[in-house]
This record gives sequence, structure tokens and C-alpha cells, in this order.
Amino acid sequence: MSCYLTTGKHMSLYWSVLTVLLLLAITAPVALAFGFAGASAARSEFPPMRWFGKSYIAVVRGVPDIAFFLFFVIALDQAIEYLRHKALCPDWSEPIRQGNDFVVCQAAKMPLGEAPQWVHETYGFSLAVLTFAIVFGAFAANVLFGAMRAVPRAQLETAEAYGMTQRQTFWRILVPQMWVYALPGLSNLWMVLIKATPLLFLLGVEDIVYWARELGGTKTPRFTDYPHGDWRMWYFLALLVFYLLFTRVSEIVLDRIMARLTHGQATAAGEAQRKAAA
Amino acid sequence: MSCWQTIQDYGLRAVGIGERLLPREDFTLCQQFTLIGSGMIWNIYFGVFALILGFLLATALAMGKASSNRLLRKPSEWFIFVFRGSPLFIQFFFGYFLFLNLKNVSPIFDPFTAAWLGALIVLFLNTAAYSAEIFYGALLSIPKGDTEAADAYGMSGWSRFRRVIWPTMLRLAWPAYTNEAIFLFHATALVFFSGFPAWQQRGDALYYANYFADKTFNPFVPYPILAFYFILLTLVIVGVFGLVNSRLNKHLPQDLKPKLRLRPNLIR
Amino acid sequence: MKNLILTTAALALTAGVALADGHGKTVRMGTEGAYPPYNFLNDAGEIDGFERELGDELCKRAELTCEWVTNEWDSIIPNLVSGNYDVIIAGMSVTDERDEVIDFSEQYTLPDPSGYLATSMDADIEGGVIAAQANTIQASYIASSGATLVEFATPEETVAAVKNGEADAVLADKAFLSELANADSELMMLEQDVMIGGGIGLGLRESDTELKEKFNVAIRSMKEDGSLNALIGKWLPDLEQF
Repeated sequence: MSCYLTTGKHMSLYWSVLTVLLLLAITAPVALAFGFAGASAARSEFPPMRWFGKSYIAVVRGVPDIAFFLFFVIALDQAIEYLRHKALCPDWSEPIRQGNDFVVCQAAKMPLGEAPQWVHETYGFSLAVLTFAIVFGAFAANVLFGAMRAVPRAQLETAEAYGMTQRQTFWRILVPQMWVYALPGLSNLWMVLIKATPLLFLLGVEDIVYWARELGGTKTPRFTDYPHGDWRMWYFLALLVFYLLFTRVSEIVLDRIMARLTHGQATAAGEAQRKAAA
Repeated sequence: MSCWQTIQDYGLRAVGIGERLLPREDFTLCQQFTLIGSGMIWNIYFGVFALILGFLLATALAMGKASSNRLLRKPSEWFIFVFRGSPLFIQFFFGYFLFLNLKNVSPIFDPFTAAWLGALIVLFLNTAAYSAEIFYGALLSIPKGDTEAADAYGMSGWSRFRRVIWPTMLRLAWPAYTNEAIFLFHATALVFFSGFPAWQQRGDALYYANYFADKTFNPFVPYPILAFYFILLTLVIVGVFGLVNSRLNKHLPQDLKPKLRLRPNLIR
Repeated sequence: MKNLILTTAALALTAGVALADGHGKTVRMGTEGAYPPYNFLNDAGEIDGFERELGDELCKRAELTCEWVTNEWDSIIPNLVSGNYDVIIAGMSVTDERDEVIDFSEQYTLPDPSGYLATSMDADIEGGVIAAQANTIQASYIASSGATLVEFATPEETVAAVKNGEADAVLADKAFLSELANADSELMMLEQDVMIGGGIGLGLRESDTELKEKFNVAIRSMKEDGSLNALIGKWLPDLEQF
């Protein structure tokens, strides 16, 4: 049994747990940055900027993430290679689209054709992070946009009365205060993000669900030392436990962050903290 | 074949009406739009019914979670935790598995392994858990003054809930609940993708988009069409929920009404 | 995943003679890794099977440096044409539809018939319920026959459907199903075979004629010295040989 659980394939499953955790750890801040940029754009004074921000939020939020993943990564990859092709191979005379083929010069390949396998895997992983960040950035932008509006107007008026410029008011007053209003929405988004990881295999990243399905499937004795029937149920049960634990830990951490953010804020919960301390 | 003919042949293909065979060659844009649109019938069916049923259960679960009675609170808490804490596709897997086993117990359970009922139940339980958490959060933030006023009027029990707590809860929860509705409709795309089998090529929008992507080897046409339909659907959801929102906030003075959607920038 | 990286790197060292075409281009071989005995992941998580051995041998004969990658079946052709790998070696039958979009090398197996797997020999394949993997040639075959088609996302689920009685039989490639029939006493192959699809070839981009020619030469040389038949005999005992 212990031999079975330490086959190379199981090792891949354990590695994929780390892959998923790493992906979440990188995606969350990147998505937040996208969200922040999107929300700032959506409330910009400059109309084209505002339209861009608002249509980013509206369009990406409107599409199921799964549909987005099914074509977006290939498009993104082609766009990157196209730009590199234009920059690196200006003398290339053949068309890039030859019938169905998408052909760029060797130097524009991302990653380069002779790059070692780990570079390919890292590149694929980064594309997945970027795609996730774009999708969840749109939801985060929506949350942050609401949070920016929720900061009491009096706070901003006070800042203006103190002679702060718009920029100062935004960075010193609005941004520090908006988090407490944004956190419930962002926590919810984090929970949704965790549960979107099974879709990673669509982006070419071999995640835990991919390996669980692979390992749980019926194995005939010819191709393995450990033949077994349909064990998917047990592997999925393990995944269920993993996700539940992960959710629980996230809840505890997020509660702590919320308590800290509430500190000194002009909200009901902040008021309660003040009273409790006094 | 004209596009109108295609719509007649395939417009209701997803529910089994019309041409029996799917198109096999010379795929036109019209065919792709028609069939993917026909698949949307299923997405809308799953979304609407799961949302309505889920709404009722969610209210009960939120009250349960906020209850001081342990026997009511604990089951509600666990139900919400399990369904919010696990990916939908694992829920589909176990749901399908459970229904298969129930089928061996009694033929009453026969329809449960079909998507129209089985997947609906899973989606219903899933959205109930998410909505319950939203409603629970709203329940906790009902202003104390509102309930005190109800007490002062001598309201209690059902009428206090019906006329004060429930409407206030809905009002507070509505923006977040709108988001949940959008997520739910998006989740309906997972039904045939990983979960329930498709009978006689009757599937949802993603099923047909996948069919075309597989036949034409070009993902850049069918998936954007699917995206287009879903953006339309999302706009409709936002519109309908916005109407309900203004109905919920009808009692407020005109200029104080919180709008669900974008407002001119008051803050600079 | 780490394992996969290490093994593929080691493979690149052993299998290829470097700098074959003058600028040392690595040829990336895309496969599915979920279709025994053609290609699958062995206990160590490495790509293994008929096509793994065949691909390594072809690369050696064509003096190419090859690396293996896995890709989902659904997007295996879009990723080839957009250049994420150079060759599809994934048990892909040559069909007219596919041939319009990509090019195929010479076929390296004769057509493999599709077969029915059921729990009893008198399963009704004319008017009963037949399971198939969604969007396969078998699925469209059943759709146009009189039987009721039920589609599942993965091959695993199609077989499970037969075992639990949801479907009367499953239609899939015979090489895949007969393995299962041998291993499970509940399941048996029906006698009827269906010929859908052609033999299997390597899939290449239409613009990659040079690479295609190299592989064609290698495949021909393997056919001539009998090593291809030996491989087929080893991995696909039921299949007709060249």
C-alpha cells in the first residue's frame, strides 16, 4: 500500500498540490492588481479610459470562466508570439497565417523551440496565472469599484478641506479605507477562485483533479503493477477533504484580516471594537 | 440551406425537436449561432429553476444558521460549509454517483440520473448554500432599530419576519445575491462538460460549442459565440435584478435609492 | 510534474542525435497520455505505450531531438496549428475532416475497427442505449444509427455506464476495449465490429513539409525492416500487421 502511494504518478499528484497552491498564491495578488487597475480605470475622468474599465468588467464578468479558458490561452499565446515576431523578425516575408497554420519565425517562438522542458512548463504556468488573473481581476474590479464608492463621502470632503489634491485624497484617504468594505467581496472571490482550480487542466496545467482522475481510473494489469477498478470515488473523496480543509483555513485567516482591517474604521464593527477596548 | 431553414431545423434541437442529426460538414456561422443558442435553453432552465428553489431553501438555511437552537444551527452550518467548500464538479460527481445507487434501490429514482433532474438538484443545493451565506451576512447586519421598532408595534413571530426582517435582509443582500445569480448561470455550463451524460446529442450551449470546436478544429468561432450569448444573459440578469432592487427600495426617497448599477461618480 | 520534467529531459539526451537539421531544433511530440495501449502514463508518471516506443524510434532514425508533452484531446489540433508542439502522436485516425486542417504522415497502423463492449452477449446494439465518449467518431456513428446515443466526457465514464446499467453497450476503439474485457470478467466484447476511421498517422502542420518527409522516410524504413510489425505485435496483438 505504501508502495502504491509513492509511485511516480502519486508523486506527480503531490507535486500538483503544490502547483495549485503556488498558482493561487501568485494569482491572488496579480488578480487584485488587475482589479485595482480596472476599478481605477472605471472611475477615471477620462472617458476612453472609463469605457475601457467598464467594458472590461462587464465583458469578462459576463462570460463563464470555463468558456473563456477554452480559447483564451491559445489566443494569448498567439498574440505574444505575433508581437515578438513583428519585433524580432522584420524581414520575414512569408505570411503568418498559412491556411490554418500560425507560423512565426523561430526566434519569435515563446518559449524558444530548443528551450528545455521546464521553461515550457513555466511558460504554460504563467499563461494560466495571467488568464486566471484577467478573469478574476474583472470580478475584483467590480468589488473594488463598489468599495471605493462605499467610503463615506465625509472622509473625502474632510481631506479636501485639508487642502489635499485629488491624487492625495485617492491614495491617502480612499485607498486605505476602502479595503474594509472590499474584504467581504474579496473573500468570497477567493473562495470562488479556490474552487475554479479544477479548470486548470483546460489551461494545460496538470492540476490535482487531472491526476486524481488519471489515478482513479480503471487500470488493467498489463500497464501497471497495481491494477484496480474504478477508484475515482476515493480519490475525489480525498480531494473533497482537501478543498474543505483549505476553505476552513482560508475562512480563519480572512476573519483575522477582517478584524485587523476593521480596527479604527468608521463602521459598525469598528465601533464595536472600540467599545470592547474601552 | 437558408439560415431561416437552419433555425427551423435546429432552433429547438437541444430539447429534441427538429432535425435528428447534427450538421456534419460545411459548418456555417448560422448553424453555430442557432445550435449554441438552442443549447442556451438548458442553461436558462437550470439557472432559473435552481435559483428559484435555491432562494427558498437559502432563506430557511440562513434563519437556521442565525438561530440560537443548536439542532437548527449545526446542520445549517455544515450544509453551507460543505457546499461552499467544495468545487461544483466534485458535487456533480458525487451527486451522479449517489443517484445511480439510489436507482438500484427503487425505480422511482430513475429520472434522477438524467441531467434535467439530477443536475438541477445539485445546482439547487449549491446555490442554496452560497445564497444562504449571503442572506446570513445580511441578517446579521439588519439595523437594530428596525427590529426594535417591530417589537414596539407588537409584532412577533411570522408577521415580524414577513414584514420587517425578511424584506430588510433581502434589501441588504441583493447586490451580493445578484453576483451569485450570475455565478450560478455560469456554473450551468459545467453540467454536461463534467458531470452528467448528454442523451442523443441534446446538450447545453457549451456542449454544442464544444461540438463545433471539435469538428472545425477552430476554437475562435464557437467559444466567442458562446461568450456572446452569456454576456447577453448576464445583462438580462442584471436588468431583472435591478428592477427587483428598485422595488425593494421603493420606500426610500428618490435621491437616496441605492442603485444596483453604476452611478455617476460622486466621489472624486 | 517534476518527475515528468526530469524524465523528458533525460529522454531528450538519449533519444536524439543533436543538431540534426543544422540548427538543433527540438521536435516536440504532443500526445494525450490517456489512451492505453497507444499512449498512457505509467506508474512512474511517464508517457509510455506503443506510440512512445514508436516515436522514440522514429526520432532516432530521423536523427531528431524529441521531447514529449501531453495535451488535452479536445485542444490537441488547435495547439498544433498554433505551434505549441510540432507533431501529434496520439492514436489519431486519419479522417478527411482532420486532413483539411492538418497534414498526416504515412499511416503507421492499419485501421483499427471499433468494437462494442457490453455486460452480456445479447446486448441490443440496434435500438438500445449505446455509450460513447463525447465528440468522437464513434459518437457521430451512433447518432446516425438507430440506437440511442448517450455521451460522457471521459472514456472511463462510458465504461462505468455499461457496468452500472445506464447503457447497454459502449462503442470505442477495439484495442482500448479489449484490454478492459480481458481484465474484467463482467465485461465482454461483442462480435460485431464497425469500421469507422482510417489508420493512424502522425499529425503535422501543413506548412511543415520538411519534417513530414523526414518522418515518412523513418516510418517506411521501420516498415521495411519489420520493426514496426514487431512493435505492433508487442502492444496491439489483435491488430492486423503490415
